[in-house]
Amino acid sequence: MTAWDYLLWVAFPYAATGVFVVGHLLRYRYDQFGWTSRSSQTYENRLLRWGSPMFHYGILMVIGGHVVGLFIPKPWLEFFGVTEHMYHLGATWLGSFAAVLTVAGLAILIYRRRLTKRVLLVTTVMDKVMYVFLASTITFGTTATVLYQIFGGGYDYRGSISPWIRSLYSLQPDPSLMSDVPFFFQLHVLTATALFLLWPFTRLVHVFSAPLGYLVRPYVVYRSRDDPRGAGSRAPRRGWEKSERPLERSRK
Amino acid sequence: MRVMAQMSMIMNLDKCIGCHTCSVTCKQVWTNRTGVEYAWFNNVETRPGIGYPREYENQEKWKGGWVRNKRGRLQLKAGGRLKKLSQIFNNPNLPQIDDYYEPWTYDYDMLTTAPAGTQSPVARPKSLLTGQDMDIKWSGNWDDNLGGSQETAAQDPILATMSEHVKMEFEETFMFYLPRICEHCLNPACVAACPSGAMYKREEDGIVLVDEDGCRGWRMCVSACPYKKVYFNHKTGKAEKCTLCYPLIEQGKPTICSETCVGRLRYLGLMLYDADAVLAAASIENDQDLLDAQRACFLDPFDPEVIAAAKADGMADDWIEAAQNSPIYKLISEYEIALPLHPEYRTMPMVWYIPPLSPVVDVVSNSGSDGEDARTLFAAIDKLRIPVEYLAGLFSAGDVVPVELSLRKLAAMRAYMRDINLGNEPDERIPNAVGMTGETIQAMYRLLAIAKYEDRYVIPKAHVETARELEELGCSLDTDGGPGMGGPGSAGHSGPYGNTVGMPLGATVDNYNTMTGRPSATAPTTPGRVNLLNWNGNGAPQGMFPPIADAGSPA
Repeated sequence: MTAWDYLLWVAFPYAATGVFVVGHLLRYRYDQFGWTSRSSQTYENRLLRWGSPMFHYGILMVIGGHVVGLFIPKPWLEFFGVTEHMYHLGATWLGSFAAVLTVAGLAILIYRRRLTKRVLLVTTVMDKVMYVFLASTITFGTTATVLYQIFGGGYDYRGSISPWIRSLYSLQPDPSLMSDVPFFFQLHVLTATALFLLWPFTRLVHVFSAPLGYLVRPYVVYRSRDDPRGAGSRAPRRGWEKSERPLERSRK
Repeated sequence: MRVMAQMSMIMNLDKCIGCHTCSVTCKQVWTNRTGVEYAWFNNVETRPGIGYPREYENQEKWKGGWVRNKRGRLQLKAGGRLKKLSQIFNNPNLPQIDDYYEPWTYDYDMLTTAPAGTQSPVARPKSLLTGQDMDIKWSGNWDDNLGGSQETAAQDPILATMSEHVKMEFEETFMFYLPRICEHCLNPACVAACPSGAMYKREEDGIVLVDEDGCRGWRMCVSACPYKKVYFNHKTGKAEKCTLCYPLIEQGKPTICSETCVGRLRYLGLMLYDADAVLAAASIENDQDLLDAQRACFLDPFDPEVIAAAKADGMADDWIEAAQNSPIYKLISEYEIALPLHPEYRTMPMVWYIPPLSPVVDVVSNSGSDGEDARTLFAAIDKLRIPVEYLAGLFSAGDVVPVELSLRKLAAMRAYMRDINLGNEPDERIPNAVGMTGETIQAMYRLLAIAKYEDRYVIPKAHVETARELEELGCSLDTDGGPGMGGPGSAGHSGPYGNTVGMPLGATVDNYNTMTGRPSATAPTTPGRVNLLNWNGNGAPQGMFPPIADAGSPA
């Protein structure tokens, strides 16, 4: 193993994870106002009406597939009676369907963003950078699947990439697992890692605001004027809180 | 019974001259920023007309407001919670910016920098979205004063519901103005639709607000509001709406649209209501019963039981007193001449309107009859189906009875007060015909026609003494790292060392009061002297400037 292996498959993922976590915490703490999906639906809807749901539903399925493939060890699935063959069939067919949805949706979205003047003009530099990494991650992932899984003999990433990821999160990184992984899978992993690194600084933060609480809250929300989240009463900055008895403070 | 107070507005449409001063001042205060150029928290529509955004009242198209489902339960017209969440990636009912209008500016520079030539330079319109030249084809009040209505008014959703054909030939039609702000509903559909829970109704005064920090830009509020009074700021990606100028209201002052209304047609005051009764009232079966159901939610502020319950809920005495003096209570519940805008949306709106008698008076006067004679007016209200039906389509879900009652009261006031002003013996049969007495007619006349400032606006100040006053009090050492260090963002804060020390200021009553209490030259801390070290420019120290010349004296 070379230094490159350690850089790419140990240092880089850990750095990206660190930036991802700390970046989100800091942004959530200090940039609530900037935390939004920044929808451009009011500018253009004809293309977005198709592209956005296709991409979003597709990518949700893709994420689900990745969670199963990467984080659930093979023996666990086998314990539930999911054989290698069943897994491969499911991953290939469902995965291909999700990939088609995602890629087609993303293509529509990029086409729209580039060619609709109103939308292009509100696209920030960070949006563009994010689009590059998002699109290349999806492209490399799809390419790898098509090349190795559909037309190739099938590559068992659950024997290399998945254990590598789990080795990272069990804090016993093993970069050797990644050295012999096919090229496009390697590229896919690297661009994805870069995307995670950029994540907290892009509009992708809206992923973490998925409003599931909406399903259970009462329809009409009341808030007091004295609510610290209320109008004209931002929470005092750290160090400027009013003095109160420790008991009251802990009750909040 | 859960007594809540609602800051509400009533607009007397007979007095609206359609000058748009309210819209312009509102825009200057709230929406003169990038991203909300197209947004008018206050707009004035000419009716009949298609409104702003175009056809916003057509709920078959926009799916705004609530509907009563088969089981008798209330649900958002656009669908239940799961359906709304499934549409989060693309809201199918969201108006496009072109449904409002494409905002533009003019190339003003051209007027001063164009080289000398044979033609005068022109300032071409430039889109604020693309920066390109554009043809202006629509705006917030493009059909002002029925301009172009031969083409567009047929799309007015209210006209479509009427049984009689309305001619749009200019000489034969009627028109009036309808100023609109957020309705600050008792059962707000926008709040109910917000997936993030970032929109809320303020417990103290019922003002509906968007928590800009909590908003994640899902855009569901924009489409859920049947009045289309929540706007998407396309620059910040957050929803914005009319705030009822809460920083002013909290100080007991009227909103900017009310303050600057040249017709003095707006009224502001409290309305007490039973929050527990709202949902049942909004779920009532028949659309035309919604007006009475909403009226039944309102509580009598003079009723000892209501007062006791209000006090038990922590309402302060001056708020109860303000509710008793409220012009809103008088116009809605005592005189019953104010009506809500589109009660059939089931949001229980709280900006009500006194319907305009002027379309009727105009017809009567133009036909050579006496436009101030009670019997002529009563007959005309009965006979002139078109304006009455149209008003009913706006204010009472199509039921002409409440509109007729309201118009007859206005007609009675007109006729009764004419006799008084001409020195004739007032005819008590006129008020009796509309179920009122001469005394109440005169009181109503004072409120509607004389309309004193203090009668129009009865606004209790927000209570802060119970709230965060300690936090806002500040301390003589409230500087970064101790005395003399100088705090950040300290503009406008007055401390013992002048105006450079302190914390950033929020838009609160406390701050306003602190600011107005700043030392100034006219009210020096040491009588008779001005300390120039901390002089803040308020007033002029004696002897520092030459005396101001009298206004009348020659220059």
